[in-house]
Amino acid sequence: MKDAAVADPSLARIGPSMRKRSGKVRDERVTLAHGSGGKAMRDLIDDVIVGAFANPLLAPLEDQARIALTTFSALGDRLAFSTDSYVVDPLFFPGGDIGSLAVNGTVNDLAVSGARPLYLSCGFILEEGFEIALLRRVVASMRAAADAAGVAIVTGDTKVVHRGAADKLFINTAGVGVIARGVEIAARRAAPGDAVLVNGTVGDHGATVLKARGDLAIEADLQSDCQPLHGLIAALLEACPDVHCLRDATRGGVATVLNEFALAASVGFVIEEASLPIRTEVRGVCEILGLDPLYMANEGKLVAVVPGAQCKAALAALRAHPAGREAACIGRVVAGPAGSVVMTTIFGGERVVDMLVGDQLPRIC
Amino acid sequence: MKHVDEFRDPAKAKVLLGEIERLVEGLEVCRKRPLQLMEVCGGHTHSIFRYGLEQLLPRAIEFVHGPGCPVCVLPMGRVDDCIALAARPNVIFTTFGDAMRVPGSKLSLLQAKAAGADVRLVYSPLDALALARANPLREVIFFALGFETTMPSTALTVLQAEREGLDNFSLFCNHITIIPTVKAILDSPAITLDGFLGPGHVSMVIGTAPYEFIARHYKKPLVVDGFEPLDILQSVWMLLKQLDEGRCEVENQYQRIVPDAGNQAALAAVSRVFELREFFEWRGLGSIDHSGVRMRERYACFDAERKFSVPNIRIADPKACQCGEVLKGAIKPWQCKVFGTACTPEVPLGALMVSSEGACAAYYNYGGMKRQETGTSACTGATAEPTEAVLP
Repeated sequence: MKDAAVADPSLARIGPSMRKRSGKVRDERVTLAHGSGGKAMRDLIDDVIVGAFANPLLAPLEDQARIALTTFSALGDRLAFSTDSYVVDPLFFPGGDIGSLAVNGTVNDLAVSGARPLYLSCGFILEEGFEIALLRRVVASMRAAADAAGVAIVTGDTKVVHRGAADKLFINTAGVGVIARGVEIAARRAAPGDAVLVNGTVGDHGATVLKARGDLAIEADLQSDCQPLHGLIAALLEACPDVHCLRDATRGGVATVLNEFALAASVGFVIEEASLPIRTEVRGVCEILGLDPLYMANEGKLVAVVPGAQCKAALAALRAHPAGREAACIGRVVAGPAGSVVMTTIFGGERVVDMLVGDQLPRIC
Repeated sequence: MKHVDEFRDPAKAKVLLGEIERLVEGLEVCRKRPLQLMEVCGGHTHSIFRYGLEQLLPRAIEFVHGPGCPVCVLPMGRVDDCIALAARPNVIFTTFGDAMRVPGSKLSLLQAKAAGADVRLVYSPLDALALARANPLREVIFFALGFETTMPSTALTVLQAEREGLDNFSLFCNHITIIPTVKAILDSPAITLDGFLGPGHVSMVIGTAPYEFIARHYKKPLVVDGFEPLDILQSVWMLLKQLDEGRCEVENQYQRIVPDAGNQAALAAVSRVFELREFFEWRGLGSIDHSGVRMRERYACFDAERKFSVPNIRIADPKACQCGEVLKGAIKPWQCKVFGTACTPEVPLGALMVSSEGACAAYYNYGGMKRQETGTSACTGATAEPTEAVLP
């Protein structure tokens, strides 16, 4: 009995501290322990991630977020569901970082269906040795981007892999949103006579990331266009409810989106080189490196196809929104040749704008 | 961008096009057959397609897309050698981006990289030198490629490596020289070329004198030409003017970049480091005497071919390819038996489909419409074309 009396106080002393940890991450770098499923991982999630994302749906920390169906059904009749992974190098660049990209990218993938984006999931893959301070920066940037886009990050996952098995940090986000009744936006709806619009200058993100990698000795004032587009799209739909096609022009750029539309709808696209909005700095970088801004990635640009008669109204709505100030009508849909995109050059000559075989630049988004 | 935009002014282009049309109408030869002008350089081919210049010019003018794309004319055996070098343990193999996709007999460098070779993309040979400095325990090999345009920078990099006493840096030298190849084309039977647009960037280094034999001996006019659309239109106009006046001269349209005497400092560096090879193999054209350079004995320690053994196996061009005939202007790219079928930019069989500057790739990517107008079948196209007469 005397022995037991000795053991009891120690249990009493250790027990509460076992249950109530400080929860702070003191390490400077991510170690394999942070992905082990144990206390170190709990600390990382609580301190670095959940603290920043804090919202009522995430707070219970169950293995899943639980969302009332009425939340969705009140807003429309279809769920939009999308996922994307982000592996950009470098992680931070002028105008954004992998965190804002991971939120805005998925928000935009939802928004171009006409959906109102609502909830995101977030999966981190961390390379052993990644700096905790950088992770905090990325997470804070995700929170800020989520707030700006009116979405909440409600569930997530964290994995740590051996050094060299991933490049610093990869993020996957999936998202859900709701499409209002009557909205029917699809690539196959492009029809002869339609007008083609973009909401601003093309190629900014691709050129910025290329320069930010630092292996080109190029001086240029470049900034990524990373931004959410749901607000702009809502404004567009209000002015022009019968938008035929919408897509955000990320990897592969505007040229790739146009080719996808042309193939899906079996129509032709004719675009005017002179009407393409391209920043001087982006043109400069492209000229020097022999790249085509039409294929450069964007992270806050969309291509919209609207009935020709509504072109003016759609353009005015885009230009009235901060994310569309430099919007332009860049061309039109024609009957054929089906599946082709043709550009009228500034000289009045014509050239085919085909899909690229591979990337102009690897890993830019 | 002002310095570029002023060479893309549509209003000025219209005036030039009008003048060109007027000259073409007066030319006797244009009544019998299309006038064939060869743009030697792949950069010109790219610009012609990018701005749709072919459709703007009178139909009586036909561009023949020359051999000036160093990536295109690289034979498969040399790519295999690259891959053998890149696969050596401890090697960092560095290359310009556009060489990554060129197919060897089995793999491209891009595929070799995926299979585990340490292949890295650089923008200049000096980047490769920096890698060698940063990785003293590894051998850094630079894939030296291109005409006289890129030769000086490679030569200066070797001289710098020598000054620094680096012993882990070498070149796999595939530099080639344009003049012997133009001569080889001019010597082929039944050539009907009427004039040349001379390569602007090569000329920046070598000057205009090396082309004199084309005017004197072969009686063909040549205009050294820049790469902007107005440069090209002006050069075409200058060629027509010569033909109209019965002159055969070497003229320099690209004077803002090309001094007639070339760049002596660059040439000195080149001749210090390189010497002519007896012959060099060109994809699509075969072996051409004195058309390649190699490193002089003094710099043998920087020569990957001497430092390591390379397989150096000659791989014949696929039989179905008609690259040589396209390069000589005997047939148009779309008249080749395998164009767009067995040979596409995704799976290139022939040299000219390999790089975006290759004539076939340019036709495939940019030129669908014109092809549709003229018919796509090789047989029907060939009989309709007056150029059939020069088919070897």
